[in-house]
Amino acid sequence: MGKQIPIVDYLAIDDGPPHLVAWEAVDSGALYFDRRNADANGGGTEFRRKKLGTTGMVRSFTIVNRGVPGVPVPYVSALVDIDGGGTVKANLLNTPPDPEHVKLGMAVKMLTFPAGTDDDGTEAIAFAFEPAS
Amino acid sequence: MSDDKSSDSGDNVWILGTHMTKFGRHGDKDLIDLASESALGAMKDAGVTIHDMEVLGCGSLFNAQAGVGQQLQKQIGQTGIPVYNVANACATGATALRTVLLTIKAGEADMGLAVGVEQMGKGGLLGAGGKGDRGRKVYEPSGRYGSVMQVEGVLGTGLMPGVFAQAGMEYAYENGGVEFEQFAKVAEKNHAHSTLNPLAHYQKQFSLDEVMAAEMMSYPNTLLMCCPNTDGSAAVVLVSEEKLRTLSKDQQKRAVKISASALTTDPWTEHAQVQPDVNTLTRNAAKKAYETAGVSPQDLDLVELHDCFATAELIHYDNLMLCPPGEAGKFIDERGPWRDGQTPVNVSGGLISKGHPIGATGIANVYEVATHLRGEAGDRQIEGAKVGLTHVIGLGSACAVHILEKAAV
Repeated sequence: MGKQIPIVDYLAIDDGPPHLVAWEAVDSGALYFDRRNADANGGGTEFRRKKLGTTGMVRSFTIVNRGVPGVPVPYVSALVDIDGGGTVKANLLNTPPDPEHVKLGMAVKMLTFPAGTDDDGTEAIAFAFEPAS
Repeated sequence: MSDDKSSDSGDNVWILGTHMTKFGRHGDKDLIDLASESALGAMKDAGVTIHDMEVLGCGSLFNAQAGVGQQLQKQIGQTGIPVYNVANACATGATALRTVLLTIKAGEADMGLAVGVEQMGKGGLLGAGGKGDRGRKVYEPSGRYGSVMQVEGVLGTGLMPGVFAQAGMEYAYENGGVEFEQFAKVAEKNHAHSTLNPLAHYQKQFSLDEVMAAEMMSYPNTLLMCCPNTDGSAAVVLVSEEKLRTLSKDQQKRAVKISASALTTDPWTEHAQVQPDVNTLTRNAAKKAYETAGVSPQDLDLVELHDCFATAELIHYDNLMLCPPGEAGKFIDERGPWRDGQTPVNVSGGLISKGHPIGATGIANVYEVATHLRGEAGDRQIEGAKVGLTHVIGLGSACAVHILEKAAV
């Protein structure tokens, strides 16, 4: 297998099964996916890494029919409340992209997939969710 | 309602004049043509000239670094007054107005001009951002998320129709369901309202079936549920109460009181780390504005709110407390926001049909409400209107709410 790299640095692919990892503010418990200067909730500057769960629930979604060039449509964009804490935005795969199949509150689980390969042969690994059952 | 409560304080700020251009595509004009038209129109409406202006606030989001205020001065009057060029997302125009208002309240000016302008052309979808593929492709983590490629469409969507669709669906999730048809009814209403507004970008009525059958952009928002990219400008002349008392009876009679001006940003919420929270800051601004004005939502005769998408308008019924909590879907089902309903909303046609030239929008909605309070709105006049509210929100985020009243100085 060639070299792989996560699409974003909050996706861990080389620490056991793939999972998301957040910055947790020590004082307030707020979770962030981006590089932080301080905690926008409590104001503190101490953070620790927190491994997030791989299952969750769809709290909102949209089905994108007109998107940016190069990205196939339609696709489902979902906001997922992760079991154990945290909310993330991702695509919802392995379900027909229509409101008859995608439901608010549906249980989902995370998966990873190759999103592209660069000119050095490095594969970008992305994450998404799919129905849990 | 407060009636004379705050007017006794003497530090109120009033709208003396206002004007907006026709919204639409103005390929034959440039940005300064549009800004000049609204500025000159507002001063003419106010019965004053550029020589009476002591401060200029100018909002243009896409030209934030171009010194649009100074360019405008070079066409309509270089009098040496301070200019504030502001950019604050979709609240840009409202922020320009508020900048002039605060300058007057601070005692640095008695009269000032606020102008909002944008020329968007056919701008396409906003909000994609991200990385393009140029030259040799090598994945290197960059930015605060360490992304190695454009993530739009790979890790969900950040395009505006989708972001606001997700906001609407989140409301549906939290409040026991709102159906596609209910969101679509918002656009049906605003397109119908726009047929009475000659300044609207579009003035075409669509049936509910046509709205729902239009091209799906981002479920549940169809094309007819999305605001168009629009060119246009709007302006207001603001005046201190003390100065207004020195002006003619006709100027005093047509003046409209700004009973409240509130500007907020989004406080921290967990979910907003991945999806903008357009609710909390709107609720905070509305609450502050109602308290300042001594007005309740039930007192409002009309509202111009930020319907960039139909899903957005529906959730702002609740955020602005025009309906009981969780009942925004019921509110539109019962035709509450129609022009003959409980609280008319977006009788101008709203952003969905009037158009959304970003820098101008926050002043255009003030123009609309003020025109009704003056009884000068023609065919679309809400009879007897005495109190109105304007609302804009821009992602990032910024929200402005103004409450305007017909009152005696």
